[in-house]
Amino acid sequence: MQALIVNTLLAVVILTAAYLWLVVGRREGSMTQKQKSMLRRIFVSAAMLLVLQLLPARVFAGLDGILFPGAGRLVRFVLYLADYYIIGHDILKKALKGIRNRRVFDENFLMALATVGAMALAIYENGDYLEAIAVMLFYQVGEWFQSYAVGKSRRSISDLMDIRPDYANVEQEGTLMQVDPEEVEVGTIIVVQPGEKVPIDGVIVEGTSSLNTSALTGESLPRQAREGDEIISGCINMTGLLKVRTTKDFGQSTASKILDLVENASSRKSKSEDFISRFARIYTPAVCCSALALAVLPPLVRVAGLGLSPQWSTWLYRALTFLVISCPCALVISIPLSFFAGIGGASQAGILVKGSNYLEALAQTKIVVFDKTGTLTQGVFEVSAIHHNQMEAEKLLEYAALAESASSHPISKSLHRACGKELDRTRVQDVEEISGNGVVATVDGVQVAAGNDKLMKRLGIAYKDCHHTGTIIHMAVDGAYAGHIVISDIVKPQSKAAIAGLRAAGVEKTVMLTGDAQKVARQVAADLGIDQACSELLPADKVDKVEELLSQKPGKGKLVFVGDGINDAPVLSRADIGIAMGAMGSDAAIEAADVVLMDDDPMKIAKAIKISRKCLGIVYQNIVLALGVKLVCLVLGAFGLGNMYLAIFADVGVMILAVLNAIRCLFVSKL
Amino acid sequence: MKKTYKIEVDCANCANLMEQAARKTEGVQTATVNFMTQKLIVEFADGQEPKTVMQKVLAACKKVEPDCEIFL
Repeated sequence: MQALIVNTLLAVVILTAAYLWLVVGRREGSMTQKQKSMLRRIFVSAAMLLVLQLLPARVFAGLDGILFPGAGRLVRFVLYLADYYIIGHDILKKALKGIRNRRVFDENFLMALATVGAMALAIYENGDYLEAIAVMLFYQVGEWFQSYAVGKSRRSISDLMDIRPDYANVEQEGTLMQVDPEEVEVGTIIVVQPGEKVPIDGVIVEGTSSLNTSALTGESLPRQAREGDEIISGCINMTGLLKVRTTKDFGQSTASKILDLVENASSRKSKSEDFISRFARIYTPAVCCSALALAVLPPLVRVAGLGLSPQWSTWLYRALTFLVISCPCALVISIPLSFFAGIGGASQAGILVKGSNYLEALAQTKIVVFDKTGTLTQGVFEVSAIHHNQMEAEKLLEYAALAESASSHPISKSLHRACGKELDRTRVQDVEEISGNGVVATVDGVQVAAGNDKLMKRLGIAYKDCHHTGTIIHMAVDGAYAGHIVISDIVKPQSKAAIAGLRAAGVEKTVMLTGDAQKVARQVAADLGIDQACSELLPADKVDKVEELLSQKPGKGKLVFVGDGINDAPVLSRADIGIAMGAMGSDAAIEAADVVLMDDDPMKIAKAIKISRKCLGIVYQNIVLALGVKLVCLVLGAFGLGNMYLAIFADVGVMILAVLNAIRCLFVSKL
Repeated sequence: MKKTYKIEVDCANCANLMEQAARKTEGVQTATVNFMTQKLIVEFADGQEPKTVMQKVLAACKKVEPDCEIFL
């Protein structure tokens, strides 16, 4: 029965190896040279082993009669030994090197010891050479598969992030030349034809087109671009011919930065990875010591204690079985691979995670803190009303816009927009910005104060409250109240669903921080279903607030801060995990945050948490699977219920399963 | 100072061993092996010449895993 199983397995190995060697191996770049030569060795040795197995015993027995007594046994041994050498010579060599470097206990040593031991037992009993060779063969198959699968998944993850441009078109003396994007200097005009990737960040100087940004953001809707628009690398030009003046080097361009970030993300190791590498350091020596004990102690006890025969070879065999199981590779490989695949899958969905550690921590998110502007709301303010004005509305707006003209705050921009004309900055003098209050300036020789109620109180001017929700800008001209302007921000359409999604993903508390008035904050929080709203905060207060929330959070839970990455860098870095959104093209945000959302869809936060959960789930499955199977096999081996085939399954089979399971982390689009 | 080197190593556990060996090398502040991207990131201690330190790192890594390669 067992012979049948092994022969079938050998046939499968031979056929698979032949297919991989002859069909897949022909494809350019699909395998390394090392993998190809190993594949040939596996094929040859498996074929030879199968032939030797199928030869009837009397062929060798016949030799005794022709040559000399014992010749059959010798020839048989030599043939098997040759096969063993073909498949295992590199392992033996490495094991010897390891011993010379005083490093026993590595897997080569263990495999060498186990198989040489099995060979020796076989010679002694003129029995089953098959076992030693098959074990070595299956071990090599496992190693080959591991190296192939890891290489393949590495490539497929890079392909997913298919934003690396291969060339840039530069016009030289009337003809288009394809050049290496690294050689293009800042300020060069490059041509992007329909269907091509934009190689370098720049500004469009000629042409209109629609751009496919899905590789960057996961968003499938094309984006329109025309003359004067900024364009970022990694987008695909879909319709028209574009001429672009580059504004950055290739290395500084968005596509290069993103690729760099994703590739290096797995260098920041997760806690589970650290745990496993520490565990691997104890696991192997521990199993080896138990193997030694298993080989020596039971026979001694049998002889000395029970007066039975020692059965040395039985116990030695069991000990060798132990050694085969002792390699921690299945555990060690599957965890970084899971995180790597998870990071790759997330980046395909437009979520850049800057480290395995962050991907791991996201799963424990309990509190999510939002910055309101630009995160839950669109950050595009519009003047929605003007009340109690003592002068013409346009005049008041113009005063307000002029007073705020020095500021780059979104509010001042919206005032400018509402005012609708060019502002002559020379009309403004003595601008004094009072942080968290507003601005006092002299416009056309008249003192104008624009700001919130605190500013009015500070200046001792009576003001009228507004019943509208929104940001209220009270105006005082020449020391007298001149009315107020209501500016409201528009809540993003997905925000409500995003908060609900977070709750469904296990987040216990959502908090919104804003510099806005309490009334606005409460209204928005109630609309969206946010638990807590902290209003009228200065930028510095936000850090304090996050510190306070950090101290309240339950033990292992993590606090996530979500901001637009523009002026909340300190808060982003203070939180356990900082998420910046709408980061396409914003270097500052990519620098400061731990997780970067390429577009500004708040739904992606819940998605990031779900990806993290899935990934971590797979990691735990792999740990339990690998350790569980190995433990069971160890116990079975110790009681003589398992043989070396079982052991090699515990090693190679589990590793293959774990690698395949880890690859599932890539598929996150349905989460 | 931090530098990144391309490496070649076949098994994940060997990568861990290389990382440990590199960390223990004199002149190395900390080292990280990224098995998935086949990179070794070394942070050198102050005042150390990366070239000489890397020779030692390479020797130490070869000792634990003869099959590995660091492209200096």
